[in-house]
Amino acid sequence: MQLNKKWKFLRLSIAAGLLATSGAVASAEPLKVAFVYLGPVKDGGWTQMHDEARQKLEKAMGDKIKTTFVENVPETADSERVFRQLAADGNKLIFATSFGYMEPLQKVSKVFPNVKFEHVNGFKTAPNIVVYEPRFEEGFYLIGTIAGQMTKTNTLGFIGSFPIPSVMRNIDSMTLGALAQNPKVTMKPIWVNTWYDPGKERQAAETLIAQGADNVGQNTDSPASIQVAQEKGTYAFSIDADMSSFGPKAQLTGTTEDWSGYYIAETKKVLDGSWTGNRHTRWGLKEGMVVMAPLNPVIPPAAVKVFEDTKAKIISGELKPFVGPISDNTGAVKVAAGTAMTDTDAAFNSVNWYVKGIEGSVPQ
Amino acid sequence: MNPIVPMIASTVVAATPLIYAALGETIVEKAGVLNLGIEGMMLIGAVAGFAATLATGSDTVGFMAAAGAGVALSLAFGFLTLNLQTNQVATGLALTLFGIGLSAFVGHNLAGTPLPPLPPIFIPGLSSIPIVGDLLFRYDIMVYLSLVLFAAVEWFLIKSHAGLTLRAIGESPSVAHAIGKSVLTTRYLAVMFGGACAGIAGAYLSLVQTPMWVEGMSAGKGWIALALVVFGTWKPARVVLGAYLFGGVTQFQLFAQGFGLPIPTEFLSMLPYAATVVVLVIICRDPKTILLNQPASLGISFHAAA
Amino acid sequence: MMFVLERRANPSFRMAIASPILAALGMMVTGFFLFSALGKDPVEVFYLFFVKPLSSTYDIGELLLKTTPLLLCGLGLAMGFRANIWNIGAEGQLTMGAIAGGGVALWFGDSDSMWAMPLMLLAGVLGGMIWAAIPAYLRTRFNTNEILVTLMLVYIAQLALSWLVHGPWRDPEGQNYPQSRGFGDAETMSVLIDGTRVTWGIVYALGLALVAWVVSQKTIAGFRMQVAGMAPAAAAYAGFSEKRNIWIALLVCGATAGLAGICEVAGPIGRLQQQISPGYGFAAIIVAWIGRLHPIGVIFGALLMSLLYLGGEAAQMGMSLPSAITGLFQGLLLFYLLAADLFITFRLKRVRPAERIDPKPVVTLKSAA
Repeated sequence: MQLNKKWKFLRLSIAAGLLATSGAVASAEPLKVAFVYLGPVKDGGWTQMHDEARQKLEKAMGDKIKTTFVENVPETADSERVFRQLAADGNKLIFATSFGYMEPLQKVSKVFPNVKFEHVNGFKTAPNIVVYEPRFEEGFYLIGTIAGQMTKTNTLGFIGSFPIPSVMRNIDSMTLGALAQNPKVTMKPIWVNTWYDPGKERQAAETLIAQGADNVGQNTDSPASIQVAQEKGTYAFSIDADMSSFGPKAQLTGTTEDWSGYYIAETKKVLDGSWTGNRHTRWGLKEGMVVMAPLNPVIPPAAVKVFEDTKAKIISGELKPFVGPISDNTGAVKVAAGTAMTDTDAAFNSVNWYVKGIEGSVPQ
Repeated sequence: MNPIVPMIASTVVAATPLIYAALGETIVEKAGVLNLGIEGMMLIGAVAGFAATLATGSDTVGFMAAAGAGVALSLAFGFLTLNLQTNQVATGLALTLFGIGLSAFVGHNLAGTPLPPLPPIFIPGLSSIPIVGDLLFRYDIMVYLSLVLFAAVEWFLIKSHAGLTLRAIGESPSVAHAIGKSVLTTRYLAVMFGGACAGIAGAYLSLVQTPMWVEGMSAGKGWIALALVVFGTWKPARVVLGAYLFGGVTQFQLFAQGFGLPIPTEFLSMLPYAATVVVLVIICRDPKTILLNQPASLGISFHAAA
Repeated sequence: MMFVLERRANPSFRMAIASPILAALGMMVTGFFLFSALGKDPVEVFYLFFVKPLSSTYDIGELLLKTTPLLLCGLGLAMGFRANIWNIGAEGQLTMGAIAGGGVALWFGDSDSMWAMPLMLLAGVLGGMIWAAIPAYLRTRFNTNEILVTLMLVYIAQLALSWLVHGPWRDPEGQNYPQSRGFGDAETMSVLIDGTRVTWGIVYALGLALVAWVVSQKTIAGFRMQVAGMAPAAAAYAGFSEKRNIWIALLVCGATAGLAGICEVAGPIGRLQQQISPGYGFAAIIVAWIGRLHPIGVIFGALLMSLLYLGGEAAQMGMSLPSAITGLFQGLLLFYLLAADLFITFRLKRVRPAERIDPKPVVTLKSAA
């Protein structure tokens, strides 16, 4: 008995030793995981959501991993050094949480072939780079569902940061979601040319409301538009974080991200050796990366039902936001009837047109 | 809904922090001191005001704390430039850098917490007059106080004896010193006033405009306030007008976008900055305007022993 | 017993050298207390801040890479500051240099032409100069304050860059993301030391520092600028043209900042994109000051600022200190430096209350050395 136990222990230790030397499993050393952020960790939006997921990851994995983060890393020549330094410091898995890190990652990944890089919202993969992206369009389609039903003026607004494809898809899908409920709506976009400037975002929201938009969505980072809507008695929708505390009456819902599921899954893959490169992962409502902020109680039950039904259809795959026929606001057909534009299409990744129903022309 | 009235109202709210900061700087510069640290003092004011309001629940305490924090930072500037005679431009820039860093540092745990906004004052009767009521009687109290501040600054500079002394010191500190005025005391008071105003301007951002704290939330407004002082040729009325104009141009470009004007939005976003330069040129075109109004000793240290 | 400040007969050269060292010490003492209060071991933080960024060839390459734009902008700014020209918009001139030089690179495409790089550098310099010529013209012709014009032009230049990379110069294969095509090999600056990212830009910058030193010390033009800065009335009396000084100061700074811009995009970045500088043009103002507005001093100033940036990053990675520490340190350093500078032109003197000193106002503008 005694001997048997000892023997078992010995066998186990040998096995563990072999595994450790073969490199399939890290030894007692925890796996070092690093996060690179564009903004400060407490930005109340994009970066904060990533950092909350980092903390959840730490909690979930315990002492198997050790995380590090670097905040306020500009998308200049500096980011390359930060990635390099993190890799040189022994981090084996590095999450790059801004699009603008794409080119530096390409360079650093070649220098550190054994380090695994994860890049958000990009489009260049490599044997040790994967790209991950939330299906924001699903969330914005649902926002549109609510906005289309709640608008009294039939005018919606959107505060845009920069007209890049991922933002264009959001304004398009919000408009499509609204049109599906209310064919009379029109959408007014305003671009503020910044991700973050509360004063300017506030002025943009006030302008949209003054021009009759009573449901305003946004792709900028501050809760300014929610606060304005609260004051003016109109509605708004949050992005990234749940901003309802900034405007409990005004925020009808919003899209938020929960990155923790993905971060935990990827970290586990690295730990068990099943991580592979050259992937492009898109997770949406179904996988829980896109999460809708709580619905405001002012939304009538009928509208809530439409929202829930639509959500269920999106999750089951029955409904795709970009299903034809879709024409842009100059009349050109972009998605033919009977087909759907999905995230595997090249056209999807480079959307730079407004769907019919959006006023104005795309800033070029 | 008539869009013009809310547009004007929005402009007023956007211009108010600029008015506070620029009026404060007007007094500072009239005393012959150039403080380029407004951005830093605004941020410190924003974070101090936010923290104080969060702790006490009182906006009044918040604004007072913000003014106090602005004064504290301005005292550092005063000590360096007035006592130690350091270069004012460089010290002001150091103040900005320091303020940005310090506010981010101390405010690290305050970010993301919401605060209820300051309720607008609805004067019964007056605020329900159509158009005029919306236009004039529906702001938060700080908007009205900014106009009170304007009147006070205007009166101080033109009518009061102390204002005369201040201007004299800005023009010729050596003469003022010779006739027995304390250059140091006056300049200190002016710098502290500027700090208080910048602090309040910052708190207006974090307590009224978008009630929350995020690092770097002033987004360059301190610099705009600085431009407005020259823009207004050191005259309070023109400074206030300039602030409304700047807010108005920003508002206009957003408004134009809302109507779907086919101009790249970057060009529209340039408008407020370009307009500032153009108006500056128009104002400065006649050298006499600047020479007559710019305090002659602006930016120059004064050292009088004994 | 009381102390008064008494003007030295000649600015103290020893203090001019000593004050940056005193300032750095002051910063470290403050840092020591700050980190102790935060519960971090100050020695370890200092190691991360000041030693780790110098511990390998690659790290030193990074230090020099970051020094390049700071040094280039700092040189131009120092020259202007000496002549009392307050250009605080080097960031905008840098951006315009990047746009102009980058535009040439895109025009060459993947061409192997040996003319590509010289023309890009030239275009970068010219781009910065044109952007600086606007405040120079407005100041000399319309008397418009250059502090504000240069600053407003920063915003305009950045928006112009944003428009170009979102619109006309957007990479057609880049899925409509806001960046230009990558520059070809002939349009990318070659690396100076293998295994690092530092380019020939640092060599240009150091060479220009030497040129600036010779010009400021040994030529009439340099003398005129210095006199104009220290004693405008004397300069006018001697018939030195104020307008010419303004033009020279702004154009020189535009040229160096523009060069910094093209060195960034043609060097480590390799394309045009929305953000190309983390604020080098503004940080260079501090660099100029730490460097005593002296070309050789600016080299040290740029190295120190660069080290603070890298150290801040290392402290974040190594000890989870917030990134705000970097700005805090830079501001403190400048404060201490300015305070210590007092003793270049003044000394403390003990006086009895009865003594009276001529209350003559003085201008404390530091001469170089």
